[in-house]
Amino acid sequence: MAFKGAIEVDTQKCKGCSVCIENCPTKSIQLSKMVNSKGYHYAEMIGDACIGCTNCAIVCPDSVITVYRVKI
Amino acid sequence: MAEKILMKGNEAIAVSAIRNGVDGYFGYPITPQSEVMETLMKEKPWETTGMVVLQAESETSSINMVYGGACTGKKVMTSSSSPGISLMCEGISYLAGAELPCLVVNVMRGGPGLGTIQPSQSDYNQCVKGGGHGDYNAIVLAPASAQDMYDFVDWGFELAFKYRTPVILLADGIVGQMMEKVELREMKPRRTKEELLAAAPWATTGKTADRPYNVITSLALESDVQEKFNQKLQAKYKEIVEKEATHTEYMTEDAEYLFVAFGCSARICEAVVDDLREQGIKAGLLRPVTLFPFATKRLAELSKQVKSMMSIELNAGQMVEDVRLAVNGACPVGFYGRQGGNIYTPDEIADAFKKFNNLK
Amino acid sequence: MTLEDIKKPKNIVYKKTPLLTDTVMHYCPGCSHGTVHKLVAEVIEEMGIQEDTIAISPVGCSVFAYNYLNVDWEQAAHGRAPALATATKRLNPEKYVFTYQGDGDLASIGTAEIIHACSRGENIVVIFINNGIYGMTGGQMAPTTLLGMKTATTPYGRDAKLNGFPLVLAPMIAQLDGTAYITRQAVHTAPAARKAKAAIRKAFEYSQKGIGLSFVEIVATCNSGWKMSPTAANKWMVENMFPKYPLGDIKDVLKQE
Repeated sequence: MAFKGAIEVDTQKCKGCSVCIENCPTKSIQLSKMVNSKGYHYAEMIGDACIGCTNCAIVCPDSVITVYRVKI
Repeated sequence: MAEKILMKGNEAIAVSAIRNGVDGYFGYPITPQSEVMETLMKEKPWETTGMVVLQAESETSSINMVYGGACTGKKVMTSSSSPGISLMCEGISYLAGAELPCLVVNVMRGGPGLGTIQPSQSDYNQCVKGGGHGDYNAIVLAPASAQDMYDFVDWGFELAFKYRTPVILLADGIVGQMMEKVELREMKPRRTKEELLAAAPWATTGKTADRPYNVITSLALESDVQEKFNQKLQAKYKEIVEKEATHTEYMTEDAEYLFVAFGCSARICEAVVDDLREQGIKAGLLRPVTLFPFATKRLAELSKQVKSMMSIELNAGQMVEDVRLAVNGACPVGFYGRQGGNIYTPDEIADAFKKFNNLK
Repeated sequence: MTLEDIKKPKNIVYKKTPLLTDTVMHYCPGCSHGTVHKLVAEVIEEMGIQEDTIAISPVGCSVFAYNYLNVDWEQAAHGRAPALATATKRLNPEKYVFTYQGDGDLASIGTAEIIHACSRGENIVVIFINNGIYGMTGGQMAPTTLLGMKTATTPYGRDAKLNGFPLVLAPMIAQLDGTAYITRQAVHTAPAARKAKAAIRKAFEYSQKGIGLSFVEIVATCNSGWKMSPTAANKWMVENMFPKYPLGDIKDVLKQE
């Protein structure tokens, strides 16, 4: 069984700490070139390799990541 | 007829706490008030009323246990003596800052430092003027008998919850140790859960769906928020000053000379007044029963009636400053005191009185 | 399957627990406090004990924990949280009572309170954040600061002769008869955070069994105080903090041998 996943980041609350990036097994997260209103480069999903494992969300200190997953 | 029992002032505190539905006592042994916790432990109120009694590891911990218990809306108290109260002052400041009701009993002994274990009234400034940091006052009640010790527990909690503020019962080693007949008033049960929620909707009783979560804190950080809060506290203290100042008077109607004394000193001064009256000197006594708020208004009135006033205290002269402020120069104000655990005799006070007033 | 197909409410497998408020945390980017707050909040949500939980915040960075968790809070004087918790629990034995304390609060100014709460066997949960530094006041030495570690008050590194040795509290309190569960965890990786959450849940469950105090130490980072990036701080923690403060259960009175 394989999973297809996606994440949604509350970009205004993300502080760009990068802990999620380090914890992503599929290297599906990067810091955006854009900044939010606080001036932080926020996390964003890249590519289509996300498997919805929730690792990024559980280590996120600011709880700004919502994770979606479907079975395929 | 209500039951009367011979007991020490300290024991009266404990018995009263149990009979007035107090929820918790947290304390640490120190002379001359250890009988409070000893009596509670002997009575085992957790088996009858459900009252919690705990010997803490320090006075610092005791007062913070009181803080924790008060957060949950319970009627909680501690007792100690002077050096222990010094340790508690941080906690009392937090209780005042967090607007928490509680009762703190101080059975004063002589200081500074470890001092003596004998009676004293030298914590007047500490307890009446704040003691801890920041702009706050605790309500201070000054018992003069074992019966007062019993009655002021309930009165103290009534005021503490009415104003959401710590109340200090400022006794001394004499009142704590002296044995007297105490009338046991009708028992009051501990508050039910519903009564507690009604009396303390602000308490940490567990967040329910019908209200936002409650936070008990004394932290503001922002200057404007802190200032606004301080103004609210001051308004509360003003209301307390206006409504709750309590005193008793003895032979003041035609008095030409006034003694001002609280606690055990007031009882000694009653004898002095009697002696002087026998000698044809029209003396009277005002006993402040609450020390904060103080009998300022009445003293100002009496200052226009009497030739002089004299504050009699077991310290180097602390309450006398408040008497002088009340009188504001309208009549001479003298002072006589003893320290180090020594207690004046009525004759000694009468001599000092005559010397101050140039009387034979 | 498009991204829009996946991002539908029915496909949500992880979202912020409603036990956390919407207030943006004041913590620095990457601070472990936020992660631990979340784990505690998730445990309270999953156990369904919001109405029965009373939380106690310390003095230090996490003094403002009361802004983030949707439960009733008591804010304690520095180090005194276990004293508050003692009375709160004894007067309300049906409640789940936990303290949340940093290393300065718990292991320095509050040593008497924590040791005696442990010794008395208070049925409370203590969450202890050990990042080896005072965060709130600007990065001074904590009792748990490692030897050689530079802080604002040990600018040349902690020297045992000058500053004494790091205080390792968990094994000390494990010796006390009043403690039920002592564990040391971390939240720098997802597996670590999941284990930490399970430990927090166990601590909450133990606190209602009347078997004594449960203590969850989280070895954590203070990347601002350590003057590192969040990810570099996590790496430094693994290499330097873990040897002195190794992860794992130290005591569990209910564990089957």
